[in-house]
Amino acid sequence: MPVSKEVLDEIALTEEEYRLIEERLDREPNPVELGMFGALWSEHCGYKHSKLLLRQLPSQSPRLLVTPGAENAGVVDIGDGLAVVMKVESHNHPSAVEPFQGAATGVGGIVRDILAMGARPIALLNSLRFGPLDDARNRYLFGGVIGGISWYGNCIGIPDVGGEVCFSTSYSGNPLVNAMCVGLVGRDSLVKAQASGEGNLLVLVGADTGRDGIHGASGLASRTFEEEREMRPTVQVGNPFLEKVLVEACLEVAASGSIVGMQDLGAAGLTSTVVEAAARGGAGAVIDISRVPRREEGMTAYEVMLSESQERMLVIVTPEKLDDVVEVFDKWDLESSVIGRVTYDGLVNVYDGDSLEASLPIDILTDPPLYRLEGSPPAYLADTRSFDAMSLPLPADGPRSVLLRLLSSHDIASKRWIYRQYDHQVQTNTIQGPGGDAAVLRVKGTQKGIAVTTDGNGRYAYLDPFVGGAIAVAEACRNLACAGAEAIALTDCLNFGSPERPDGYYQLEECIRGMAAACDAFGVPVISGNVSLYNETMGEAVWPTPVVGGLGLLEDASRQCAPAFKDAGDVVLIIGASEVDAGPGAIGGSSYLQVVHGIVAGQPAIDLELERRVQRLCLRAIQQGLLKSAHDCADGGLAVCLAESCISGGIGFTGDFPVPERWDAALFGEAQSRIVVSLGGEDLARFEALASEEGVPWARLGEVGGESLRVATLLDAPVEELRTAWEGGLEAALG
Amino acid sequence: MKFGVIVFPGTWSDGDCYHVVDSVLGHEAKYVWHKDRDLSELDAVILPGGFSYGDYLRTGAVARFSPVMDEVERFAARGGLVLGICNGFQILCEAGLLPGALMRNEHLQFRCQWVDLRVETSDTRFTSGCNQGQVLRVPISHGEGNYYADDETLASLNANGQVVFRYCTPEGDVTPEANPNGSLENVAGIVNAQGNVLGMMPHPERCCEPSLGGTDGRAIFESMLRTLA
Repeated sequence: MPVSKEVLDEIALTEEEYRLIEERLDREPNPVELGMFGALWSEHCGYKHSKLLLRQLPSQSPRLLVTPGAENAGVVDIGDGLAVVMKVESHNHPSAVEPFQGAATGVGGIVRDILAMGARPIALLNSLRFGPLDDARNRYLFGGVIGGISWYGNCIGIPDVGGEVCFSTSYSGNPLVNAMCVGLVGRDSLVKAQASGEGNLLVLVGADTGRDGIHGASGLASRTFEEEREMRPTVQVGNPFLEKVLVEACLEVAASGSIVGMQDLGAAGLTSTVVEAAARGGAGAVIDISRVPRREEGMTAYEVMLSESQERMLVIVTPEKLDDVVEVFDKWDLESSVIGRVTYDGLVNVYDGDSLEASLPIDILTDPPLYRLEGSPPAYLADTRSFDAMSLPLPADGPRSVLLRLLSSHDIASKRWIYRQYDHQVQTNTIQGPGGDAAVLRVKGTQKGIAVTTDGNGRYAYLDPFVGGAIAVAEACRNLACAGAEAIALTDCLNFGSPERPDGYYQLEECIRGMAAACDAFGVPVISGNVSLYNETMGEAVWPTPVVGGLGLLEDASRQCAPAFKDAGDVVLIIGASEVDAGPGAIGGSSYLQVVHGIVAGQPAIDLELERRVQRLCLRAIQQGLLKSAHDCADGGLAVCLAESCISGGIGFTGDFPVPERWDAALFGEAQSRIVVSLGGEDLARFEALASEEGVPWARLGEVGGESLRVATLLDAPVEELRTAWEGGLEAALG
Repeated sequence: MKFGVIVFPGTWSDGDCYHVVDSVLGHEAKYVWHKDRDLSELDAVILPGGFSYGDYLRTGAVARFSPVMDEVERFAARGGLVLGICNGFQILCEAGLLPGALMRNEHLQFRCQWVDLRVETSDTRFTSGCNQGQVLRVPISHGEGNYYADDETLASLNANGQVVFRYCTPEGDVTPEANPNGSLENVAGIVNAQGNVLGMMPHPERCCEPSLGGTDGRAIFESMLRTLA
């Protein structure tokens, strides 16, 4: 073989893959061509190990406006001539190496994905995972990531309205940084990311191209790494001001109708942008990289083609419209240059002036080998599944102390310290901001609202990848239902270890299967997504972490609902269960088990049919104006759920429900498919009728009122004490 | 009435201000590109929030050289009403239309949260619809809102009733705890000596509709309308 293993390692191709390239080309690729293959056949761009599995996810819905996977982001029709575009993507590996710029450019990248569809970005969310904050390195990563998101997101004027942050030792050294962006576009104004029409021009606009980010896709995102310092130059540096200007300028050219297509430059830079746009257009492309404005002198063709410099877009325009488009870019003081044109020979030809540097068939570049491997269950599952909750001693310090510990634990504690550093109000659509189950945005000019959320519990997926995958989908949809929104689409980011090991592959395979089962049960499509594999450090994989971004629609935004208890005397119910006691099994996989007993074990479970009915009941009750509050009973179980509704409402609760001897399971167990709601007593009969129509069990828990959270004789804690624990938990760790 | 909303590269509250004037208050609004120079038809000018030119170098330091700023200066000199919000306030300070400077928040973090503002004077064209001592609940969203002026300037601002808003508790007490960014004497907004140019760090355009969590911002826009009528 003419290339060394070291060269192949650098671009994360195997020797077999190299031989396959040779065979398909019927010649050896030159170094530039090999670099292009490395990028496009990477897991990040080519989905070698995940594509066959991802096909299980349902992608059908009458609301869908483009085929999932066919464009940069998914698009759903929300009526009134409008469409919502959304996608979530990871920037885990860059953030592990350089947290501030890694997280910042993650935001920038996902925004350009939405922009490429001609949509105005209207919301950002972030799903983050870190190692415990008692470790200095983890605090550095945490501070850097939050700082980077704040720095970039605030400057570009897109509200950061929600997300989640969780902590576990499994993420030490390999944080997860997933960014989601949601955009709004007139359904007739959608732009395709395609290069078509022979002779049409490829216009590169935005930042100059430098040597930053080379091998980002193939090197950082597609294999494990140990030596972070060596990787630092592969992280890009962001310029949020340029991004903001690029957004406005690209929306202006999109609105003018002067363009054929638009594509962002992200992972694998110019290579993937040109090749993917041409592939979508069923065309070919010729580009001359000497026309690409450079940041540095002496860059080779290889470097220009693989640079991941940020804040660049490719616009495809007819020759007649070129002047109009350039005029808009000039107005915004943006540099733009024609770097090539669309051809119809099915080839991508890369010139550097007169010299042909690469000539490759697009169908081969975009057709990486797809692997279906044989998975096997990880060895730890035998232990975690045999866990017997009954063997656990009841905590001697009682329920109040346990509740306070859970409220101040970092997974559960208020994330205000984080989101007050993010502008979550700009664009003045945020009618329910961060801190609740889902954020709600009004859609100006209509009665409608959209709700957005991200969810994904790595602990559940670690203990059972299938159930964990199903719960991630269920919880996202449940959170939307709690806000009064009907789930209409999902986007997902799958953060896993290496798929090349049987246990890693098993986790990925089972998790996707579980997600697909839940999507089928609820009738919700996955319209876009991303995989981030090889999340491991020193051979230890992170918890398998499916992050699900949910989009919900409210026909009447004024009918939104939130977790806060409202008025004294309101009746509080739990829906999804006819009694509080869910048995000791509910302790399995719970935050309580992890925080109080230091154990991660047990068997999470979910009944998808019950879940579907619970969500429907909650949604219908909110739509009919029956509920004053609704809050998903999730991390920390029933007591934490009640406490959060008390804290956010600034009012107490008195419970009169029977508590079994295993009060820990009843108060802190995490049985799924449960929502705590409150309503005026006068609406109880109507609610009861609705619940029996939907066939959903429920139980009365007590009443809103007073200044304490009380449960029979077992628990009595002033709301202010709960608030102090909940609001101070994260800040205490950060000093 | 016709409001001009100035758009610099990097401005992002332009749409929010336009929406309030046009859809909430029912008056005419017009975007003015920073390279334009025509303010002739306008009754009032708003410099909105954002990160003009990325706020690289210093907040507002580049934007103040935009061609439109010459015209804003003339407009103000003729007695036209100018409202600078957040980045707009920073630009007005850089342009010398308002005294003092906005430094990085004392705690070095960006802050987006609701704050309470005490109306220090109702004797301005921006607060005539408020009562002195009234508390307005308005959001802030900035990393550099830490107001600073030298002793002499501050004394003169106080003496001339040019301090319009101070950060306060919900009860109206001006305390260090109520200060979100370290501003001298909790200053949140000031007016020029002629009383026609107001700069404030909080965002009144974010609280003019009940669904956004409050409507206290309307008092400022409505005071301006009353002045113009």
